[in-house]
Amino acid sequence: MIRLSHVTAGYPGKRVLSDLNLELPDRGAVALMAPSGFGKTTLLRLLAGLLGPESGSIAGLAGKRTAFMFQEDRLLPWLTAEKNVEIVCDDPEKARYWLEQMEILDGGQYPDALSGGMQRRVALARCMAFGGDMLLLDEPFKGLDADLRKRIAERIKEKAPLMILAVHDAEEAALMGAQIIRLDEQMTGP
Amino acid sequence: MKKQVSRLLVLLLWIGIWWIAAGIVHLPLLLPGPLETGEAWIRLAQTGDFWRSAGTTLLRVATGYGCAVLAGVLLAVLCHAVGAANAFLSPLRSVIRATPVSSFIILVLLWLSRQAVPAFISFLMVLPIVWMGLQEALDSLDAGLLEMTKMYRFSRWKRLRYFYYPSVRPALLAACVTGLGFAWKSGIAAEVIALPQFSIGGKLYDAKIYLESADLFAWTLTVIALSMALEAALKRALRKGGEKKK
Repeated sequence: MIRLSHVTAGYPGKRVLSDLNLELPDRGAVALMAPSGFGKTTLLRLLAGLLGPESGSIAGLAGKRTAFMFQEDRLLPWLTAEKNVEIVCDDPEKARYWLEQMEILDGGQYPDALSGGMQRRVALARCMAFGGDMLLLDEPFKGLDADLRKRIAERIKEKAPLMILAVHDAEEAALMGAQIIRLDEQMTGP
Repeated sequence: MKKQVSRLLVLLLWIGIWWIAAGIVHLPLLLPGPLETGEAWIRLAQTGDFWRSAGTTLLRVATGYGCAVLAGVLLAVLCHAVGAANAFLSPLRSVIRATPVSSFIILVLLWLSRQAVPAFISFLMVLPIVWMGLQEALDSLDAGLLEMTKMYRFSRWKRLRYFYYPSVRPALLAACVTGLGFAWKSGIAAEVIALPQFSIGGKLYDAKIYLESADLFAWTLTVIALSMALEAALKRALRKGGEKKK
């Protein structure tokens, strides 16, 4: 169980999460939902260890290998799609497998030659190839059409012990069979 | 091929302009023409002294340049990584950049032997170019990509090879190419003032003293040819393992 107790966090001059109390399971899929600006990404960054809380505590993260699919694709522009995936797992076959799962058939293309949706899928393939105990997916289906979302959700579902997603609509959560947590209802502060 | 032909035509056009200008002036002492300069070059190139002077100058410039690139990279990394080092060393960089090269040459003549002055001057002129160019590139690295490399646990070597180097490579290449031109100009200017044994700068000085304008032009052409050859070799070397390669 991952437990956040009275967590306040944000960035210099901007508090995003205020007095957040939350319990997350160790297994399964969880979808964080909230209106824009309510701190879904900030919470994922806290869970990834990229941001520390200003106050409060987070328990249950020790020893977890975590992969983070960022809100931006963050692909290395000088590497091909395949190399961008391979670089995190050092396994060309695994990289090719996950690119195929994401329906990227030509891994030899550079990111700037790919559409926004394709870049998103390469970023998702990279995250899946890295694997780990906990996958943090920040808007993983952004820019994908409904059919593709459905097919990809089917392929990544249950591929990691714990998946925490930041999504905008309940439909995406349902595709992943994820338990929905309304972040705006978990905070007692402003 | 088309580009090379076009370059050759431009070169021939400029030689033609030079030839016409020399014909109008009609005073080889003031402006020797391409023929006189070519004859002077052939005469000089038949002597061992020519090759020894050209080789020694090349070695001096290359030594100063190589040391400057190495030191510039180290200082850029240090100043990027350690704020206190940057605060301490950046005024030094500004002073080196702003000081006229002739002031340095005269000052360094008091410190070092005349043989060592040209290499040291080349070093001083190239150092801030590489240092500043690389440090600016390091200071403006993509923070999102860097965070990604940490999240996906890139080893130090992997981070250096796949993130840092490709990120700063264009700036480093530009600084190295710009620096090479400065190394030649400042190194030969230092030779003209310091007059070390076996040097192109010394030969330029002699040509000036004895009013041998054709020799002056021939030596200048030699410098230009050497500089262009080195620049082309450097660009080819730095382009190897280019930006987008599997």
